[in-house]
Amino acid sequence: MPKTLAEKILSRVAGRDAKAGDLVIAPVSRVMVHDSVIDAVIAGLRDLGKERVWDTTKVAVFVDHAAPAPTPVVADSHRVLREWVRTQEIATFYDAGEGVCHQIMVEEGYCEPGTVIVGSDSHSNSYGAVGAFGAGMGATDIAVALALGRTWLRVPESIKVTFTGRPRKGVTMKDAIMRVVREIGTDGARYACVEFHGAGSLPQGDRITLAGMTTEMGAKAGIVVATPEAPDWLYPDRGAAYANEVTVDLSTLEPQIAVPPRVDQVVDISEAVGQPVDVVFLGSCTNGRLVDMRQAATVLRGRRISPQVRLEVVPSSRRQFEDAMADGTLLALSAAGAVIGSSGCGPCLGRTGGVLAAQEICLSTANRNYRGRMGSPDASIFIGSPYVAAVAALTGVIDDPRPYLEASDDEFDDLVARRRSERAGRGAASVRSGDRSRELMVMAARVGVAAEIDD
Amino acid sequence: MARAWVFGDDLDTDQMVPGRYAPFMVGQDKFHTYAFCDARPNFAKEVARGDLLVGGENFGCGSSREYAVAALKKHGIGGIVAKSFARIFFRNCINLGIPVLESADALAVVHDGDDVTLDLAAGLLRAPGGKAQLRPLAPFAQDILAAGGVVAYLREHGDFPPVA
Repeated sequence: MPKTLAEKILSRVAGRDAKAGDLVIAPVSRVMVHDSVIDAVIAGLRDLGKERVWDTTKVAVFVDHAAPAPTPVVADSHRVLREWVRTQEIATFYDAGEGVCHQIMVEEGYCEPGTVIVGSDSHSNSYGAVGAFGAGMGATDIAVALALGRTWLRVPESIKVTFTGRPRKGVTMKDAIMRVVREIGTDGARYACVEFHGAGSLPQGDRITLAGMTTEMGAKAGIVVATPEAPDWLYPDRGAAYANEVTVDLSTLEPQIAVPPRVDQVVDISEAVGQPVDVVFLGSCTNGRLVDMRQAATVLRGRRISPQVRLEVVPSSRRQFEDAMADGTLLALSAAGAVIGSSGCGPCLGRTGGVLAAQEICLSTANRNYRGRMGSPDASIFIGSPYVAAVAALTGVIDDPRPYLEASDDEFDDLVARRRSERAGRGAASVRSGDRSRELMVMAARVGVAAEIDD
Repeated sequence: MARAWVFGDDLDTDQMVPGRYAPFMVGQDKFHTYAFCDARPNFAKEVARGDLLVGGENFGCGSSREYAVAALKKHGIGGIVAKSFARIFFRNCINLGIPVLESADALAVVHDGDDVTLDLAAGLLRAPGGKAQLRPLAPFAQDILAAGGVVAYLREHGDFPPVA
């Protein structure tokens, strides 16, 4: 029987011929644990009567979800986590400020293609960016995997998503995956594996954006076919059976916006133009990489964001943070008025950083816009690409980024002025501090980004 | 008899326990008191042991946070019947010993506040307005539920139930 990628991986690791619907016991190549569930994981291991994890070299632990600790209760939990890491002798430990677990798991090479990796976070699907079967699980499942080095899985059906063409300037793979979520819905891939075709040669960061967001369709895993990291055997067979197939033509794709409070309530940007925003968040495992910050900087370099808007930029890892520092991107964003947060999950899940007040409206580059996700249940969250985020920060409203990317300086200023004038009576205008601001802006413009990033 | 708490489609785990009330934000002894605090502010006060949750499609979607299920467990929820479940939530419920049962017609038969009975032996949810058929669980999941959860099962047997 021809096999999907999921069937191939799970047959291989379980050592038997497995097809969609079968239950298998799968050895895991790594277990990822993060701060927000550590208490329950430790309790689960204790309740299982296990003093030690099955293999200390195959466990990766992260402090990222509420980091650095925002309250004494969280600080205590982090202290317990560090004590556990020390007594378990786990070397793969990344403390507060190192970055989001998923970004580090992929960029530091902890995800072996063709293997099963379980993580205590729902976006563990991200590991499919390099051809691993990554699945998010709850604390008890993680405790069991830590104790046994194995997990049980129902072999998922697969959904084939094929990308064709190249996106136009100002359109990104974030828009592409939101278009897919729009098509499939928040439960259209429930229990399934989303297999991405036509995406294997994309930059690793784009592949993380794709694989990670399969969680928002209910998927068990999301795997990119034919990545540079994949071994020869790791490809779906011709004739493999798919539960559903979706094709997205990138060449005609418009920027996409997810409208609160649903991730699958997605519209072309033209339907959201003029929507005021108070806060812009650029970051998360979905869009907190150098390329995302550079895209924002192409819009914001040498300019100032709207005085009534707060922009928070949170790089997804220290590597991304330092790369963005080294090439002047962070300087350009700071000079534009951004708050730069330490690497980690930031305000994405409403625990730390700039959480939202009631009635506030946020444009976020992250992956979820549920009620209460980023703070107050009476806040609203729109989701978009880094380009859309930058334009929203600049103008205070959602707008199509493409005209800004094509405009001359005068045209650009006209576009901004017109949009700002439409946004009356919200927030208060902030003075941007720093006497050297003009000088910094000039410097940032000069250092700039060596090459314009348009794809 | 138990009270039915009825919800719609796509009930996400942020509604069950928002991230800002995670155990590690508010403490292990308090987080369950915030169950459904935004969606159903009277839930934590009025819920009784053995009560059932009834929902639509994709029940429990969103974050993998097991403490959403742990909060329900602390309140003594006796079972959840929905058209379909999000996968991580489903696993978490089986692991913590809360029966999760798919039913195509429960939402049509059960109204919020109804007195209902979960009859697992007969595969039925009985309500004043009629009865709903429950889809049988896989033997693997039944074995874990019968032990009271995966931790109890593994302590007793040392390994997973047979998968064949």
